[in-house]
Order: sequence, then C-alpha cells, then structure tokens
Amino acid sequence: MAGKGKKEKMMIRKTGAEAIVHMLERQGIRIVAGIPGGSNLPLYDALGKSSLIRHVLARHEQGAGFMAQGMARVTGKPAVCLATSGPGATNILTAIADAKLDSVPVICITGQVPSRMIGTDAFQEVDTYGMSIPITKHNFLVRSAAELLDVVPRAFRIASSGRPGPVLIDVPKDVQSETIEFDSWPEPGRADGAPAVDMDEVKRAAEMINEARRPILYLGGGIIASGAAAVSAHLAEKASLPVTMTLMALGALPHNHPLSIGMLGMHGARFTNMALEECDLLVVLGARFDDRATGKVAAFCPNAKIIHVDIDAGELHKIKTAHLGVTGDVKAVIDALLPLVAENGRAEWISRITALRTSYPLLMTGADDPRTPYGLVLAVARIVGEEAIIATDVGQHQMWTAQAYPFSRPQRWLTSGGLGTMGFGLPAAIGAALASPESTVVSFSGDGSLLMNIQELVTAVEEDVNVKVIVMDNHSLGLVHQQQELFYGNRIFAADFKAHVDFAAAAAAFGMKSYDLAATDDPEAILHQALTSHGPCLVHAHIDISEKVYPMVPPGAANKDMIGDENYDNTIA
Amino acid sequence: MTTQLPESGDSKNAAEKCTVLEVTVNNHPGVMSHVCGLFSRRAFNVEGILCMPIGDGDRSRIWLMVNEDERLDQMVKQIEKLEDVLGVNRHAAGHEVFARLEEFFRVQ
Repeated sequence: MAGKGKKEKMMIRKTGAEAIVHMLERQGIRIVAGIPGGSNLPLYDALGKSSLIRHVLARHEQGAGFMAQGMARVTGKPAVCLATSGPGATNILTAIADAKLDSVPVICITGQVPSRMIGTDAFQEVDTYGMSIPITKHNFLVRSAAELLDVVPRAFRIASSGRPGPVLIDVPKDVQSETIEFDSWPEPGRADGAPAVDMDEVKRAAEMINEARRPILYLGGGIIASGAAAVSAHLAEKASLPVTMTLMALGALPHNHPLSIGMLGMHGARFTNMALEECDLLVVLGARFDDRATGKVAAFCPNAKIIHVDIDAGELHKIKTAHLGVTGDVKAVIDALLPLVAENGRAEWISRITALRTSYPLLMTGADDPRTPYGLVLAVARIVGEEAIIATDVGQHQMWTAQAYPFSRPQRWLTSGGLGTMGFGLPAAIGAALASPESTVVSFSGDGSLLMNIQELVTAVEEDVNVKVIVMDNHSLGLVHQQQELFYGNRIFAADFKAHVDFAAAAAAFGMKSYDLAATDDPEAILHQALTSHGPCLVHAHIDISEKVYPMVPPGAANKDMIGDENYDNTIA
Repeated sequence: MTTQLPESGDSKNAAEKCTVLEVTVNNHPGVMSHVCGLFSRRAFNVEGILCMPIGDGDRSRIWLMVNEDERLDQMVKQIEKLEDVLGVNRHAAGHEVFARLEEFFRVQ
C-alpha cells in the first residue's frame, strides 16, 4: 500500500497542452511565433503559464511560419510556430512549404477541431494532415495526449536529422485538454548522427579530383546546413578548385575569396556560367541541380564528369546522372576527402578563370550611386558590416542583392530559394532578429513583396526588433515586368501598380520609424542614420522600372545563352 | 482477399512490364496517403494496391503494382525516405499476390 502511494506521488500529471509546452521547454525552445484561435486555446492557456518561452504574436499565420524560419535559418536549430485550425492552418502552410523546399527545420503545431468532430465539416475544420503531407518532411495527427510524449521529441528528431525539413503536428482540441499521467519525461529529440562515410567512394572522388584538369566545386544549401563552409574552403584551397555557389549557399565562401566565382545560373555572372561550361569535373556538394541554377539541364556542364554528394539519397541521379554519387553528410565527406586530395596549384585553369572573370564580369552599373539597385545594396553593406544578417523578399531586389552583396559568412543570408515566396523577407528578418538580438538584420524588399506581409511591421514594432526594411519601390512586380518586356513582346499586363503606396507613411502608421530616400540629397547619410540606430525602421527607396536584373538566362534556355551584360571585352575566345 | 501472403517468387502471370513493390510500413491512418501521394504528384499511375496489417498489427504491408518506368528508381528512393516506411522490396517480374486476385477483377 505504501509502495503504491509512493508510486502515485511520483507520477507526472499534465494536460496534453501542458505536456507540449514542457517538452518544448525541454527542447530548449525559448521563443515561439504564432496566433491563437478557437482550436488551440488550451495550448495557448498552457503557454501563457510558461516562464521560459516567449510568445511572439504574428499578425498573420504565414508571418508566424516565416518568423520560425528566420530563427531556424540563423541558428540551424528547429524553431516552432503555432496556428489554429482551418484558416490558421491554411495560412501557415505556405511558410511550411517554403521550409520544405529550402530544407529548414521548423516545427509547426496546429490546433484541430475536437476528435469527435473531425470529418464533419465543423467550424474552422480543414484536413490539415492531408494538406500538409506533400509539403512537410513528416506530419502527425495526434489521437491521444499520451501519443504526444512520443510525437513531440520525434518531430524534433525528424526535423533536424539528415536533410532538415519542416514537421507539422496537428493536435485536436480535446487532445490538448486531456489529462494524462506518466512517470517520466521523454528525452528531447536530437538529430541522428551522420551516416558512416564510405571510404571507397571517397577515394574514388579524390582520384577524380586529382585527375581533373578543370574542376569546379558547386556548393549548395547543404553546405550551410551541415556547417561545412570552413572545410569546403580548405578543400578548395588545397586543390585550387574554383567555387560556385547556389543562391542558398551564398556566404559559404567569402565573396572576395580568390577561388570564389560567385553564384551560378539564371542571374549568375557571365564568367561563372562560362567557367562551368568549360569544366571537366563538377563536384556537387549539398546542391540539387535546381533549374534556376542549371538552366537547360542537358546543356549544363556538357563536358564535365559529376561527383554528387548529398545526405538525401533521393537527390542523387534525380536531375543529372552522376558519375559518382555519394550519400552522406557533406561535412563528414569533405573531412574524409581532404587528406586524400593532392595539393595542386592548377595554374593553367586558374589563369583561365581569371581571364574569364576579367573579360566577362558582372557589370554592376551605378555601383557608386545609392539611388540605383546595386548602389543601394552596396551602400547598405558598407554601413552594416560583415556581422549583419541579410534577408530578402522575392523578385528583382532579391537577385540584385544576391549578385552584389558582399557575403562573407554562412547563416547570415535568408532568402526564399526553392519556393520563391514573396512576403518571406520581413517576418523571416523578425525571426532572425529574435534569435540573434545583437545583430542588425536588414530585409531588402520590393513594393510587391512587402505588401504581401506588410502587417508584420507592427509585430516588429511591438517586439522592438532590430530589423531594417529597405523597400526598393518601382511601382511594379519588377521581375514579372522584366519578363513581359523581354519575352512577351513588351505587353506589360497586371505587373504595374497604378496606385502607389507611400511606404514611409505606412510604416509610420504602424508606429515604425521611417525614411524616404527621395526626400534627401544625401541618401548615404540617411541610410547611415537608419541602419546604425537600434530598433526597427523602414527606408523607402525609389527604383526606376527600366532597371533590370542582368545577365539573365531566359527560362528554359541553356546557361550559355545569357542575355544582358554584353558590354564585355571579347578579346578572349 | 488472400490473408496468407506468399513468401516471395515471381509469377509468370503478372502483367507485362509491371513491377510489384512490397512496402512494409507502420500501421496507422495516413500512411497510405503518404505512399500514394508520392505517385500521384508525379503523375505516376499505380495499377494495383493491396494493404493488410501484418504481425501483431503494428505494421502493414502495402503491395503496389506499378509500371516499369525510368522514374521508378527515383520513386523507390522517395518512398524509402518516408518516416513510416520500414522497407521496400522490388519484384521486377511481378508477384503472384496480384495474380491470385485476378478472379475478383473479371468483368462479368
């Protein structure tokens, strides 16, 4: 009897909601973003009692999802967002799909109508589980509070293991309210260790690199995710391998590293795509041959053998058949590869790269003038320095930033690469600033993109985050405008805004400090003031609609068929 | 439906150019959606599906009859990535599990 009493005393008694909150605390989660609603009120009630977790109230669930992404992208650790059932869930799904395509570890916990009402078209009921299957790494519909003790740690393990990705947990309201007793808390979910490296494959890769005359390293987002930026630089330096980076990998190698040949693909510099055209070995590390990077696949690196290393076996041979496919963590594989790769100056290939770089550079017209796209990006970079975190929305401003910004370290660049979601920038920047409060976070945006999640300006004000929104306003959906002009007979339709927003006034209405670059003779001074004082602010910059992102590979064309930036010295063949 | 699944072995009666995939999964609602969704989103037709619990019911076996196609390797890799999939066996020459069911699918 006494024994039984003692045992009962040791039991933990919690509601499902309380258990979720405590397990999040045990996972080390200190900030969550979300919006409450009818079906997640028990969870919010429990969350309100947590002394460890700070809740950031977004103004649209998509904003909450991107805030979690911002946190996850700068820390590399899973971050959490919350939404209610029905419209809360459908609103947040875009941010989850975005996390899937860019392999970002996000845990999304949605409320669901009570179990007995599922399938009855209850108020604010949608099939969140069914809708989230193709856009998550994994998802759960929790059927009892006891299941949560398994599901929550598993969700964290899945999100952070192997190729990271989003996990959604749909929790019916009655499961949140159900009281359970259990004797101990489960261990927090952690990433599984990297798979063993196959040394035979590594030896073959080393041989192929040692034998190659014109090799190139092609780095993707996997380099950032696995913390392999430094070792990939060692590899490049030891064997004199020119390095190109995808949009997702910018910052892996500093922009001014002599072996960096910059971003490849649709808006890469001419010399970069030309170098790829000439390479005889492409070493693909944590990249996935995205169509924006490769252009017409059949014509991509036509003379190259391919070594492809990826933690996701499903990426190998998916788009392009590799001569050697290696399933593994890129950092572990590079570590194993380094001692086997011979030191090699590759004078001939490096001088060829230098010649291409000199003759076919990225032409950044207006680089000295902060009233032009490149000039603005470079002026901001000069002021905020290397420590700053840079986010973007999607469109012309994103590509100008990707081309011109002097990235110098990993995990400081947040952009929606795979899904290309307009509206990503501001909430992702807020998330980054929450996770890294000592940093200056700049969000380059366009007028089209900013309007897609402009409500989060008030969240930035409420949380007093150090986010600086730079709006490049050309009164247009600029990249659509550019494509209509170039490829649709200049028939501009639905891409130009007739009514124009006074963004500085709009920001002021949200309670945010704002600046209008049109109202000054000294834009650099205004930028300095905006970017060096603490707290959120918005800078309204005006961009001429005739400004285009060049060079450009027309959609579906080969990378060698770029247009724009033809103003080169064509003295070399 | 037969409850006793054959050990293995390929049937000569199986439809031509069809491969049978034997997928062992955790048995809970939703697993079928995960597996079938991979095929439907790639417009990859599934010719036949069978699913029954195995062992003590914690797991299920899904039998899929699919067309042999250059994308099949990629499909199998995608299936193997699913959290609830415990294993995938390929029976390139078909499998008698479907052959035995033919009598239930005769047009009157």
